[in-house]
Amino acid sequence: MLRIFVAFVAGAVPIVAAPFARAHAFLDHAIPAVGSSVPASPAVVTLWFTQDLEPAFSDVTVTNDAGQRVDLGNAHAAQGSPAELQIGLKPLPPGTYTVSWHVVSVDTHPTEGTFTFEVGTG
Amino acid sequence: MDSTLWRATGPAAVILLSANSAALAHGWAGQRFFPATILTDDPFVADEMSLPQVSVNPPGTDGARETDIQIDLAKRITPDTDVTVRDQWQRLKPVGLPAVTGLGALQTGAQYQLFVNGPHEALGLVGLNVTWAHTGRVQALGAPDFTTLSPTFDFGKGLGDLPRSLPYLRPFAVTGNLGFDFPTKVESAGVPNPNNFTYGFAFEYSLPYLQCCVKDIGLREPFNRLIPLVEVAFSTSLNRGFGGQTTGTIQPGVIWAGQYFQIGAEAILPATRLTGHGYGGVFQFHIYLDDLFPHSIGKPISEWW
Repeated sequence: MLRIFVAFVAGAVPIVAAPFARAHAFLDHAIPAVGSSVPASPAVVTLWFTQDLEPAFSDVTVTNDAGQRVDLGNAHAAQGSPAELQIGLKPLPPGTYTVSWHVVSVDTHPTEGTFTFEVGTG
Repeated sequence: MDSTLWRATGPAAVILLSANSAALAHGWAGQRFFPATILTDDPFVADEMSLPQVSVNPPGTDGARETDIQIDLAKRITPDTDVTVRDQWQRLKPVGLPAVTGLGALQTGAQYQLFVNGPHEALGLVGLNVTWAHTGRVQALGAPDFTTLSPTFDFGKGLGDLPRSLPYLRPFAVTGNLGFDFPTKVESAGVPNPNNFTYGFAFEYSLPYLQCCVKDIGLREPFNRLIPLVEVAFSTSLNRGFGGQTTGTIQPGVIWAGQYFQIGAEAILPATRLTGHGYGGVFQFHIYLDDLFPHSIGKPISEWW
């Protein structure tokens, strides 16, 4: 019986090594960094994900403490980098800003998240 | 519909419909990812497989030592329902006697996802698990000669909705199980089979959540995917002469959650004198079928056609 179990486990190795698979897109890192303070208003927010995205179904917004949008509404995947999402910003006065993103990875898995960064307090 | 319009919107509709059903695939609630825990049942339906889970248990009260190699499979039938199958190969080594080996009892389950609340990172699930009689080595390994029905309620809650003034508490999450065991046979070989109340919790601190949603403290692979946790699980007998007797374990450990699989390891510490003494350990390799095969066996069966 143990042999059957071992054979079953061995059979699973190629499954895990399958090269064609895609998965949920996690936020890998961002600039400005998650939870960071920056001295001056950044021109753009850039997010890097762990998987390539479907740009038509991926979006990001940036709002201030009053809930008003302060981005330029031009979220787009970076040229030649399908796991990277960018959006331009209006000039930001000192304060705390919330980045909200929702993306769909190329295998159709949706994920979402929010984080904040501060301007002029770092 | 105009054919040009269909060509333009058809692929989008397919993506959106697929994305909608995938939203419940393994443990997501909003921006919270709940890993599959080792000791306690997960509060979400899934297409996942543990292959294998290897446990070296602490010595029992009689000194016997048990080693298990377990396989778990969860498969979604619809986006909100799944079935589970679990079995294990066991090696039992009593003190002063030769070791005996064989299969333990087959366990199956059916589960329904009651709710998923993204903003509050909350999950709820109800299920009915069945441990089947005469599916393991009854005489040698003590596998049951009776079937047990176990209704359960499983839940998960992330603390991401705490005020932002408490940033470093927000990566915490807890999952838990509350259930009962109802044996279908009152006694076996003169020994009563009591009803049991079962309860367990997993307390997790998600470094992926800290990195993505609270503060990037500079962790990179593999540390940015670690989830330290402590699991506890208990079973308290309710009747038939065993009322109030409790067994359980405490299992501190860590899970590394990758894109297609996760790896977990925990120590096993007896929590009551009836459970045993000393310590053991468990290792689990767990595969996300919905991420590996998103367009085939990783989808709910209701979406295969």
